[in-house]
Amino acid sequence: MDPDSVQFIFLNAAIVNNFVLALFLGICPFLGVSAKKETAWNMGLATMFVMLVSSVCAYGINLLLVRFDIEFLRLISYIAVIASAVQLVEMALKKFSPGLFRALGIFLPLITTNCAILGLALFQTFREYNFIQSLAFSIGAGVGFTLALMLMSGLREKLELARVPTVSQGAAMSLMLAGLLSLAFMGFAGLGSSHA
Amino acid sequence: MTTAPHKQEQVTLDTFLRGIWEENPVFVMLLGMCPVLAVTNSTLNAIAMGLATLFVLVASGTLVSLLRKMIPREVRIATYIIIIATFVTMVDYAIQAISLDLYNSLGAFIQLIVVNCVILGRAEAYASRQRVGAAVVNALGMGVGFTIALLCLGTVRELLGAGSILGYPVFSPDFQPWVVMILPPGGFFVLGSWLLLFEWLKQRRERRTLQSEGATAHGS
Amino acid sequence: MNESVQLRSQTSSLAMLRTLGGIAMISGFLVVLVFQWTRPIIAENKRIAIEKAVFQVVPNAVSRKDFVLGPEGISPFGRKAKGETVYAAYNSKGELQGIALEAAAPGYQDVIRILYGYSPKCECVTGIKVLKMTETPGLGDKIAYDPDFLRNFYGLDGTLNEAREGLAHAIVAVKHGSKTEPWQIDAISGATISSKAIGRMIDASGARMFPLIQRHLAGFRQEVVSAERPDES
Repeated sequence: MDPDSVQFIFLNAAIVNNFVLALFLGICPFLGVSAKKETAWNMGLATMFVMLVSSVCAYGINLLLVRFDIEFLRLISYIAVIASAVQLVEMALKKFSPGLFRALGIFLPLITTNCAILGLALFQTFREYNFIQSLAFSIGAGVGFTLALMLMSGLREKLELARVPTVSQGAAMSLMLAGLLSLAFMGFAGLGSSHA
Repeated sequence: MTTAPHKQEQVTLDTFLRGIWEENPVFVMLLGMCPVLAVTNSTLNAIAMGLATLFVLVASGTLVSLLRKMIPREVRIATYIIIIATFVTMVDYAIQAISLDLYNSLGAFIQLIVVNCVILGRAEAYASRQRVGAAVVNALGMGVGFTIALLCLGTVRELLGAGSILGYPVFSPDFQPWVVMILPPGGFFVLGSWLLLFEWLKQRRERRTLQSEGATAHGS
Repeated sequence: MNESVQLRSQTSSLAMLRTLGGIAMISGFLVVLVFQWTRPIIAENKRIAIEKAVFQVVPNAVSRKDFVLGPEGISPFGRKAKGETVYAAYNSKGELQGIALEAAAPGYQDVIRILYGYSPKCECVTGIKVLKMTETPGLGDKIAYDPDFLRNFYGLDGTLNEAREGLAHAIVAVKHGSKTEPWQIDAISGATISSKAIGRMIDASGARMFPLIQRHLAGFRQEVVSAERPDES
């Protein structure tokens, strides 16, 4: 597969280089809100949505920054725009879709300090993706994040029924699980590159 | 929304030490996990990342504390984020100037210090309420604690995964490195193991104090 | 105390704007200061890094010059022209030794980027250097340092076909130990995918760029003669 093709970028972001399990982006929500499948699903959706919005914003801002040759302000403007985008999304949801807001509401502020979002914006800039590629990248990243979160919450729900030594309860156990998941995801390496 | 004036803390040794042990940002508070796991595949990366975070923590803590009376509550988070982003950008350029190789191996994670919850957390919970002296000492402690945690992971992962420390081989040439340790899963495993160790130590200590208390109660 | 809470929570918009504006000023000032101070150092670091890589893939090179080469022709780096950036490398007499090109293809984990040297005289590849990769340590990452593998690229055949529009033989990585032709790359055993990625990227880049280089060869020579040794031309 061509490294610049939309499919490759999507697959790469979603599975091969999964944001959570291979790049360690967005670990806090991954460990924090993965106790129940339902919350994990909502968090995943909210993140995917914000990723899409901020990817588009970041693309636009970068055009401006490059145009005026002020790339040293990139980080500051990205984080400011992401924070305001999250705020806007929150307000819009509250007004137009109260049902969805109730489901996603509490997660939105958390997302601002989710490094997956800023990481996405920075990576798409460093890799010089065009607009379509950026969209594929952000959707792929969102899908990958949701996938990792869902897998993790499924495992943790099962684990509640198991008897584990008291020492390993909590964070340590979650990290070990994440390690195993990450190990499993390494099996996807090479996907899309072996036959071309 | 309590804006009651906070008690000004006296600067003691504890202000500094707290960040290293009792409230260690990584091992106890589980904050700032992304860089902890992502860049600790070698000792050198861990040190660089730790120092960069330390600088941003101290510098932003100082500025936030200096400006704490001037920042209106409503816009405080936005202000903190801008301050932090400024210092991170400075560190980013400084590292590029010091060593391009180091910069390439750390990648985007330098810029991702902005969203490290430890820094924003310190600005909000401590620096915005305390005098400059206390804020600086506390930030230093937190930064050192963070760096130590990164080092704990970095050395173990490099030692097991590449058989070396800071690039110098430690074991005999026959040593078969556990490659998985410098790969992503290794990060999760090593951090999980450290947490296990600390939890075990804590529980053992609690048991001992309980036992000794029980013993004294019996005796008297 | 209640009053003070009331007062505080009703900060005027002016105060908010003043604070945010002030902070933005301070941060802008600091960032620009650091940026200006570090810019020459960073530019120098980058130059050294590129130079080191170029001199590594083109033997006997001591100086370099950047060009943009595309279907429309060749032009010195910096002008707005369509094409790829290539680095022409010259020896101490100012003669063109070779041209360094960048190539990329997806490897086992992520995209691998390399710089490789091409000698127009022998129509062959003269060396490669891996610029960026995330291949598995101990297996795939051998493409960067395994001496047996790197030896493949000292004189790897890249002859043009009769029409001078493409390669006579596709450059390809073959299974370890089965290399028979000079345009084949002997893959590292256990890292076939990474090795094949290198073969693929050189083949794609070579088929596109080698004919262009040969066609515009004079452009590389003239430039340096007029720039460095005006008396000899």
